[in-house]
Amino acid sequence: MNQRKAVLPMSARYLINAALCLALILGLKGLSASGLLSDYFTKILILVGINIILAVSLNVATGYLGQLPLGHAGFMAVGAYTGGIFLKSVNAAAMSGAPLVLTIAAAILLSGAVAALFGVIIGVPALRLKGDYLAIITLGFGEIIRVVITNIDSVLGFDFTYGASGLKRIPKFTGALNVFLCVVMTCLVIHMVMKSRHGRSILSIRENEIAAESCGVNTTFYKVMAFTMSAFFAGVAGCLYAGNLGSLQPGGFGFMKSIEILVMVVLGGMGSMLGSVVSATVLTILPEALRSFDRYRMVVYSAALILMMIFKPSGLFGDYDFSLSRILEKLGVGKKPAGKEDAR
Amino acid sequence: MHLFSILISQIINGLQSGAIYALVALGYSMVYGIILLLNFAHGDIIMVGAYAVWFSMAHLGLHPIPSMLLAVAASTLLGVLIEKLAYTPLRSAPRLSLLITAIGVSFLLENSFQLIFGAGAQTVPNLISGPSLQVGSVTVSFSAMLTILVSVICMAGLTFLVQKTKLGKAMRAVSENMSAAQLMGISLNRTISFTFAMGSALAGVGSVLYLCTYGQASPTMGSMLGLKAFVAAVLGGIGSLPGAMIGGFAIGLTEALVSAAGLSVWKDGAVFAILIVVLLVKPTGLLGKPMVEKV
Repeated sequence: MNQRKAVLPMSARYLINAALCLALILGLKGLSASGLLSDYFTKILILVGINIILAVSLNVATGYLGQLPLGHAGFMAVGAYTGGIFLKSVNAAAMSGAPLVLTIAAAILLSGAVAALFGVIIGVPALRLKGDYLAIITLGFGEIIRVVITNIDSVLGFDFTYGASGLKRIPKFTGALNVFLCVVMTCLVIHMVMKSRHGRSILSIRENEIAAESCGVNTTFYKVMAFTMSAFFAGVAGCLYAGNLGSLQPGGFGFMKSIEILVMVVLGGMGSMLGSVVSATVLTILPEALRSFDRYRMVVYSAALILMMIFKPSGLFGDYDFSLSRILEKLGVGKKPAGKEDAR
Repeated sequence: MHLFSILISQIINGLQSGAIYALVALGYSMVYGIILLLNFAHGDIIMVGAYAVWFSMAHLGLHPIPSMLLAVAASTLLGVLIEKLAYTPLRSAPRLSLLITAIGVSFLLENSFQLIFGAGAQTVPNLISGPSLQVGSVTVSFSAMLTILVSVICMAGLTFLVQKTKLGKAMRAVSENMSAAQLMGISLNRTISFTFAMGSALAGVGSVLYLCTYGQASPTMGSMLGLKAFVAAVLGGIGSLPGAMIGGFAIGLTEALVSAAGLSVWKDGAVFAILIVVLLVKPTGLLGKPMVEKV
């Protein structure tokens, strides 16, 4: 239709996205200020945000790297406990204003960093293996993290994680705004890494590891890198989760949780960020919207997983990703944008 | 002497649970050996078998013996059904899809049973009772003797089947090279179904033995049991039948000894630690064949 092939300069793309994100934040603020956004909806928004971060981060290891880690909830647990213990020990509940903001930012980054450290520790040995063996070893690590969190107190001799009774009275700092910021940052960082040289190396490992290696890609390095990035953002999500619930139980981070996140990634389409975002959103809202459906949730999820693998293994979106600049370029520059998701 | 008898009785406990792990691990190993699939649903087949025993005793009022046979039959049927419905359509799909499907099947079984029968455990009345054996200060319960005996008989039977019969030969051929086996006139579908049937029948026997030992069935009983049996299969070398037996007993003994040392809360951690060490040091396991990567 349109012959003019306009190409948006990078700076313009970033500007558009930044403006859209800002508009969304302001819109969100306005909505909650005017009372249109009830507490209940805010709660759901927060859950959606956390699940988006989890799904998008698992997608790095599953969709882009092409491995199947089954211990994602373990990294989330590490992040959640790191954030929770940190916030409790600095007594964040008594803070306000700028120190509180800084403490929260520090807690989120620290949670991510500790989870990433675990990602390296687990990734280096685990990524020597492939396919099912990798799946199993990450599952093993995930379970070990859970067992250690449950029982570490008796070894240390003092209360650290509070074992099976759970870590309680964590300052509830998570709000729609900071979750939203974390979602944007997560998607932005992952998107940018995946579009870079490093991202292409990661994708080449998924396509054919041996060919990638023979082209000079340091496969071990990039595998660990992708795995660590995945763990980092799982830790961030864990920290937000801790701040949302205010209490943590090790039982909540079992194999079941890892599978729930995996379902989101697989249904959305492995390798599609848009897919992860959409399916995390839908799968979080659906059980809330249909309360009576909650009982059947896992049955439906697992059936959907099987049917999806048999009839459309690539997931809903395959590896299609939404790109605002692509649409803008197709329409010719200057038209009203239709969405907000390029950088995400 | 007192400590010694505790140790001995813990070892017998370990052998008893190890026998169950070994039976389940055999199923994992057989299926993995033939279609390179980590059958996550295998643990849940045990759960279904246990529920079959409970259902036929509590609701149909059957005698323990026919309910046990029913359980083995139900497990076998379920295994073949899963293979036909979920795995056959994916035979040429990437391994990852197959693995995700297996996880899906496992969760489907677990959650539908939870939905139908509730999340709580169902108690099964004493299945079999008999005289216990007294050796010195150590008492060996009847169920322990029965479990170990039955599992050894099953393993011997399976080894005979795989090594000496025509079907066993076909199984070995398919696991060696699927397309070459097909060219030799071996029916792929029949052989794979038969493998699933055998593995699931063993799981059914495992579920009966589990009930003899623990007397309870719950929807999630299969997942941890299955995972540990899988660790056993990996430890022994996946695809190797004697390896699965050795691995099963080793895992059972480890658990018992860790518990005996007063660290029973670390039991699960110890099993997975074994898995990690084995995978890192010798990924092919104790008796596994080294895998050659083809480009």
